Amino acid sequence: MSIVSRYRLRLARKRWLFRAFRKRRELISVTKRVKAIKPADILLFSTLRNERARLPYFLKYYRGLGVNHFLIVDNESDDGSHDYLKAQPDVSLWRSAHSYKRARFGVDWLNWLQMRYGHGHWTLVVDPDEFFIYPFCDTRPLRALTDWLDASSIKAFSAMLLDMYPKGPINTQAYTEGQNPFEILQWFDSGNYTISRNKDFGNLWIQGGPRARVFFPDAPERAPALNKIPLVKWHWRYAYASSTHTLLPRGLNLVYDEWGGEKASGCLLHAKFLDSFATKAEEEMTRRQHYANSHEYTAYKAALEDNPDLWCKWSEKYINWRQLEILGLMSKGNWA
Amino acid sequence: MSIGIIMLCHTALDRAAQVARHWANHGCPVVIHVDKRVTQAEFNAFRASLSGLADIRFSGRYACEWGTWGIVAATQSAAHIMLQDFPGANHIYLASGSCLPLRPVRELVTYLDSRPRTDFIESVTAADVGWAIGGLDSERFTLRFPFSWRKHRRLFDGYVQLQRRVGFKRKIPAGIVPHFGSQWWCLTRQTLSAILNDPERAKVDSYFQRVWIPDESYFQTQARRFSTHIESRSLTLSKFDFQGKPHVFYDDHLQLLRRSDCFVARKIWPHAKELYRVFLTKGPEHKTSTEPNPGKIDRLFSRAIERRTKGRSGLYMQSRFPNENWENGKSASPYSVFEGFSDLFENFEPWLSKVTGTRVHGHLFSLERVEYAGREAVYNGAMPDSAAIRDYNPRSFLSNLLWNTRGERQCFQFGPTDNQAINWQLAKDHNATISVISGAWAVSLFKSDMNFADILKEAARLQRFEQEHLTILQSPWTKARYRIWTLAEFVENPMEPLQTLVDEIRPRALRRLNEAPRMADLSGFGQFLQDLRNQGMQPMLMGDFPVDDSIKPNATRRGRPYLLR
Repeated sequence: MSIVSRYRLRLARKRWLFRAFRKRRELISVTKRVKAIKPADILLFSTLRNERARLPYFLKYYRGLGVNHFLIVDNESDDGSHDYLKAQPDVSLWRSAHSYKRARFGVDWLNWLQMRYGHGHWTLVVDPDEFFIYPFCDTRPLRALTDWLDASSIKAFSAMLLDMYPKGPINTQAYTEGQNPFEILQWFDSGNYTISRNKDFGNLWIQGGPRARVFFPDAPERAPALNKIPLVKWHWRYAYASSTHTLLPRGLNLVYDEWGGEKASGCLLHAKFLDSFATKAEEEMTRRQHYANSHEYTAYKAALEDNPDLWCKWSEKYINWRQLEILGLMSKGNWA
Repeated sequence: MSIGIIMLCHTALDRAAQVARHWANHGCPVVIHVDKRVTQAEFNAFRASLSGLADIRFSGRYACEWGTWGIVAATQSAAHIMLQDFPGANHIYLASGSCLPLRPVRELVTYLDSRPRTDFIESVTAADVGWAIGGLDSERFTLRFPFSWRKHRRLFDGYVQLQRRVGFKRKIPAGIVPHFGSQWWCLTRQTLSAILNDPERAKVDSYFQRVWIPDESYFQTQARRFSTHIESRSLTLSKFDFQGKPHVFYDDHLQLLRRSDCFVARKIWPHAKELYRVFLTKGPEHKTSTEPNPGKIDRLFSRAIERRTKGRSGLYMQSRFPNENWENGKSASPYSVFEGFSDLFENFEPWLSKVTGTRVHGHLFSLERVEYAGREAVYNGAMPDSAAIRDYNPRSFLSNLLWNTRGERQCFQFGPTDNQAINWQLAKDHNATISVISGAWAVSLFKSDMNFADILKEAARLQRFEQEHLTILQSPWTKARYRIWTLAEFVENPMEPLQTLVDEIRPRALRRLNEAPRMADLSGFGQFLQDLRNQGMQPMLMGDFPVDDSIKPNATRRGRPYLLR
């Protein structure tokens, strides 16, 4: 990589950091419990809108893994998410009435909060419908993973987005608050992911899964990216470039081995396709606040008219992380 | 008779205190060294937490940076206190704050009592050691290391390089034969006091103060001088990964640790509550004579190293995306590619499927759709039959298919009518077996009802594609096994090559083929080729096809492919 393009990336990073710094004005603190954060705490950052039904299980899940503090940006929820989060003892809440799209889909807001509060901590950046799975997550807490990453001098940990779906049309099984979404969304695609390398940022670009298969069979290049790096030992100079797909400095994107070996990695189980999905897609279509003119949602809406079944006879039923590791979707690397 | 325990602690002092109390309560005196970099307040709290116990001492504190003399100095001073204050200690066991005894202390005492003169210390000559990291083995003893490896890695490496280039070598003092091995030993009182009271100790110490990682060589070398009986192994179970950092044990290793019958394990994750609870409370009675048997744990960790360095062949995923030629096998399992067979034989796919008992795909790279076996719309791993998705990343498509079906040999058709983007991938894959009947695509054109002008154009196009494909196959970079017959050769003698192909897919089925696939009717095909020639095209890849249909399948002549690798 030439010095010129390296310098260009450096400038891009600084620009994003400055942008995040400017966008801090769009955040209004609601409850600030950041004083309670201890030096070694694991922090979770998230931005959301109208996720009241999902929140109880989301918080329970991550508390169970050992997340110590949640820093959440609420983008104009009107379904009670706001009050619910305000009442949680380990949540610091900000709200923003500004455009999600113009904050680069929330990245600017979170970059700011991470710059301000994440420095020196292991930070997990996930959406309320993403559930982090890592090797040995059924027997070892998140702290075991971060301790091991620290000891191995690894700063960023990859977790591919794995779209989970129900058997039968999406809206037949109703999700109730507090329920484990994967009681409904039990299925996933095990082996139809395409990978290419992004030369500029050095990260992998992964697409595929049920969304490519059902919604984008004729335009696979438009299928959403599934590569994510949600867990990072944060430094205030780091920045997410686009969602949690890409980080800068680019060395952080090297979460894969290039010489034949396997690095350790996890998965983000994606609980997108609950019965609320259709309403959500409808709403996003009118708000037009999503990536690339919300073409993703345009495709969903078109397909949703006939209420599709994402399930097929080769769908795999989720059991545990070991299954994902055997299927080659994630790896233990040299953690044993 | 008792064992003295020396503990070197720097983090997780609460756990260290717990273990120290365990040793002391079971009659083993403990001398603890706490790293100087631990704050005074933390040290005081730690010391206070152990104040009720008579047989615990604290030694003078040294800063123990990894790879430096501090650790040896700390060990020496603690050993000194141990020998002085506890004359009953016959064996002295060096442990760290993150070590955990796995078997009852009594068993360790009995074990050592029955071997009163044995020193347990891994001690290997510098020439024979295979595990040293960073290429520094014998050079540890002959170079100088004034720069910190942790803080100034570049200076460290640069200075090593410089010394190598200049040819600098330190002199090893007379009488010292460098040995090294695991830092964690168990020495007899006699050997340890001989080492500490060595008349030449000042000289030896000053030499080792500038050796790299002396904690892995000082006692290992000195023990060779004074011990009467060395058992070259460590009683502490401690495994290192490919970066040279110790593997950590967690709660889920409980059963593994229990069955290992090792006395002490390192390193335990400080939050592994279950391990500390189980091993520090009274366990079930053991057969006291059992020898340590870490085989299972060895295997677990060597598998982990292999996964990290070699990975699973044919797997491409978020954390394994090898550069070209570093794949360690481009694909997951062997597969067969057939070119021209389904043009020449009307029922090739079902026939092959029947005689080999495998699922046989059609043209996976057909422009219209992916022709999976049985023309299914979705295949293993939920792969769709969309040509657009396949063509978006043909490499991923093929490696996915082979990964998803690993363990079951894949067979598919290929030809110049298909997407050619996969050409090089096939050619460079040593798992691929490619069988080509060159020019067989002309049979399909011959059978088609297109008008002749279009046929002519199409024939020229397909010939060009196939020519390019064959050139790639015959290039020096090709790793695939391939065979090429011309159409004329194959038609003359089809059974012999078919038998070879089938044997390759089912090597153990020693049955001769008794049923041939149905060959297309070729009467008039020679004339068809002549017509192409007459219109100005040059069909080259079919071989010699006489105009008068005189070519007939001949079962007796042995035909050979003209290229085989």
